[in-house]
Amino acid sequence: MATRLKEIDAVVIGMGWAGGVMARELTLAGLNVVGLERGPDHRPAQDFAMPGIRDELKYQQRLELMGDNSIDTITFRNQPAQMALPIRRWSAFLPGEGVGGTGNHWGASHWRFQPDDFRLRTYLQTRYGAKAIPDTMTIQDWPVSYDELEPYYDRFDKVCGVSGKAGNLKGRKIAGGNIFEGARANEYPNRPMPPSEGGAIFAAAAKGLGYHPFPVPFSAASAPYKNIYGVTMGACQECGFCTRTACEASAKASTVSTIMPALRQESKFELRTRVFVSKLVYDKAAKRVTGVLYTDLKTGQEYEQPANIVVLSAFVFSNTHMLLHSGIGTPYDHATATGVVGKNYCYQFEAPAAAFFPDKELNPYMGSPGGGVVIDDFNNASFDHAGLGFFGGGYIIASSGGSPPINGRSVPEGTPAWGSQWKRETVKWYYHSVHFNTQGSVYGHRDNYMDLDPTYKDALGRPLLRLTYNGTDNDHAMSRYLLSRVEGVVKAMGPAHYELRPRPRNFSIVPYQSTHNAGGTIMGTDPGNSVVNRYSQAWDAHNLFVMGASTFPQQNGYNPTGTLGALALWSADKIKNSYLKNPGPLVHA
Amino acid sequence: MADDSIARRGFLTGAGVAGAGAAVLTAGLPAKEAAAEPAAAPQTWLVLTADEAAFFSATADTMIPADALSPSGSECGVPVFIDRQLAGAWGAGAKMYRAGPFHQGTPEQGYQLPLTPRDYFAAGIEAANSWSRKTYGKTFDRLNPDQRAEALTALETGKAALEDFDAKAFFQRLLAITMEGFFSDPIYGGNRGKASWRMLGFPGLPATYAGKVEEYRGKRYVAEPQSIADFS
Repeated sequence: MATRLKEIDAVVIGMGWAGGVMARELTLAGLNVVGLERGPDHRPAQDFAMPGIRDELKYQQRLELMGDNSIDTITFRNQPAQMALPIRRWSAFLPGEGVGGTGNHWGASHWRFQPDDFRLRTYLQTRYGAKAIPDTMTIQDWPVSYDELEPYYDRFDKVCGVSGKAGNLKGRKIAGGNIFEGARANEYPNRPMPPSEGGAIFAAAAKGLGYHPFPVPFSAASAPYKNIYGVTMGACQECGFCTRTACEASAKASTVSTIMPALRQESKFELRTRVFVSKLVYDKAAKRVTGVLYTDLKTGQEYEQPANIVVLSAFVFSNTHMLLHSGIGTPYDHATATGVVGKNYCYQFEAPAAAFFPDKELNPYMGSPGGGVVIDDFNNASFDHAGLGFFGGGYIIASSGGSPPINGRSVPEGTPAWGSQWKRETVKWYYHSVHFNTQGSVYGHRDNYMDLDPTYKDALGRPLLRLTYNGTDNDHAMSRYLLSRVEGVVKAMGPAHYELRPRPRNFSIVPYQSTHNAGGTIMGTDPGNSVVNRYSQAWDAHNLFVMGASTFPQQNGYNPTGTLGALALWSADKIKNSYLKNPGPLVHA
Repeated sequence: MADDSIARRGFLTGAGVAGAGAAVLTAGLPAKEAAAEPAAAPQTWLVLTADEAAFFSATADTMIPADALSPSGSECGVPVFIDRQLAGAWGAGAKMYRAGPFHQGTPEQGYQLPLTPRDYFAAGIEAANSWSRKTYGKTFDRLNPDQRAEALTALETGKAALEDFDAKAFFQRLLAITMEGFFSDPIYGGNRGKASWRMLGFPGLPATYAGKVEEYRGKRYVAEPQSIADFS
């Protein structure tokens, strides 16, 4: 029997980015908040300290900061006709665990979506005709506009101390920034990081071709920075270990580095770690969640935590799973293409390339992800898709650096994988490779979705979430096009050798590709097309707010975190200004 | 090269003596004897059997042969690294979902066996040695260098028909753990003398390069490599 605890104003499930933002904003609004986190707490001074944090084997290979699949995972198949099998250890994508979540080990690319991304279906129909979008492509407009979100994008920049260069200030286009971005009210809080040498060579070539290169917006402080919560971040040390690793300098933004120091001083906040939330307690008649059931992993005891407001801010998979398991909302039914919970699962379609410059010294281990240089000339609304046979796009980034020895040894295709010749080639190229990536969009398809698995169970005995996903013809055509644009720039850079690495036809959960998963609890204009409304409030439970990229109707050609943070701040504002005064649906469909 | 030059059982004495060929000259650094530790007592293995240790030593030396660039895989401690990894939490399958039912699945669905890494390698070595005995009349560690290379290639390409074991998948996991041992921080028992870091010109720690991206733009940065242990 679960022990029933005293009711609290708000409970937050998952202390990653969205959960951290909500916990901070709701305590600032005067609410008493409990944060529930399945993993451990993380304190940079002891958990991310030098010298142990510079350990490629521990963090990049053994995935120290990633979720524990022995207690929870998902099953996967490419096609609905296959039997889904469990992902036995994370690899294609790497959801984090513990306070800070996936935000501890991200590469900190901090993006806004384009204004037209928020009105995608309308934009494409207006520009390419009412019948241009295939029936199977289940994209939809967001129920919130770029202009509405801009103040929250701006505020999230100031939570994170983002380093970058604006390309559109209040409508004025600025060379050297991203001229394809929506209008920004303010410049980035910090100046951009210096470009890696590979990025600088790319920038020169791209400019020569008439493109518009700029430094990647980087969610780390290029100089010590005090954020809007009064938390001081250190300056990025350009260590080259960033991705999959946490930051000893508290320069890289995460809930741990930018929010927890304030919350730890906050008497209205209580953190409970190593607690595994199993279910939301749902009063269907009242359209309310009355509380949360969880198991304390330290004692084995089960608790019910009643709460006035429940914020579900776990990873994409856990958010979707929790709603399905708790019976909230209508599950997506693939056979009839009806229902919404689990609908529009979207991955990120990244495809890389590499080029080799024997005469350039590129010091491959130093630098930050912020040393990347980007062109955004081939994102959704940046270019004309007429006659191309696909929609969508993505930014193209080039960099050198950040290549530690186990993972970062790039050699030309066809090089032996072992033996004396392998050694010679490895040494020959280590200092001389530039890597490229394409951050391709993924647009919803009726065959790509999540539901409950009929066979496999998690450690609490719940059915696992089942993912059915494969790359679509549209997204493959988009990705090939992006790589062809990469090739144009690469050739202009004059490498001794280069190679494009297109995506295989079938999505595989084996090689690492991207942790950018989206959809499953998407937002929309009414309960028929979405799980949550424009404030991330569940249509079927007015005191339940579902946070994170699970609310994205589709995946755009950018990293998700910037928008995820802005959405959390926008929701928090609405809860403070409207919901607390008059609890109930914030949108009447 | 004669069979004996590989010092087949050399790992039993700790692979402690750096050969003259082990002197490394790379990245403008002075020559350094990478494995210049004193000869140690016979290696005590945490989990590896003598046959497994011999196998890992032989495969490490074939994948990472001693040459002008570095000492051999076993001289660099790769088998010691593998022994410790397999003896630890990762080797015991920590953080892996191991519930059944078990099905082969498609390649896209990834690893689907109930075996922990430690058990996987034990079973794989048995299968590889059994195939080696059938093909060459002896276990892998007793093959001459040419045969070893040929046998590894047969595993890599899947031409070696292992009994009840996927040769290609086994080879890839063997290659991965061997390279981890060669390139990871020496605190894990491999990469002795930071041999692979010297070979690449990877400086290791502290890796605090603020300002250095500009300072060394277009110029090679050179530093004596340092391990986590050097700062502990």
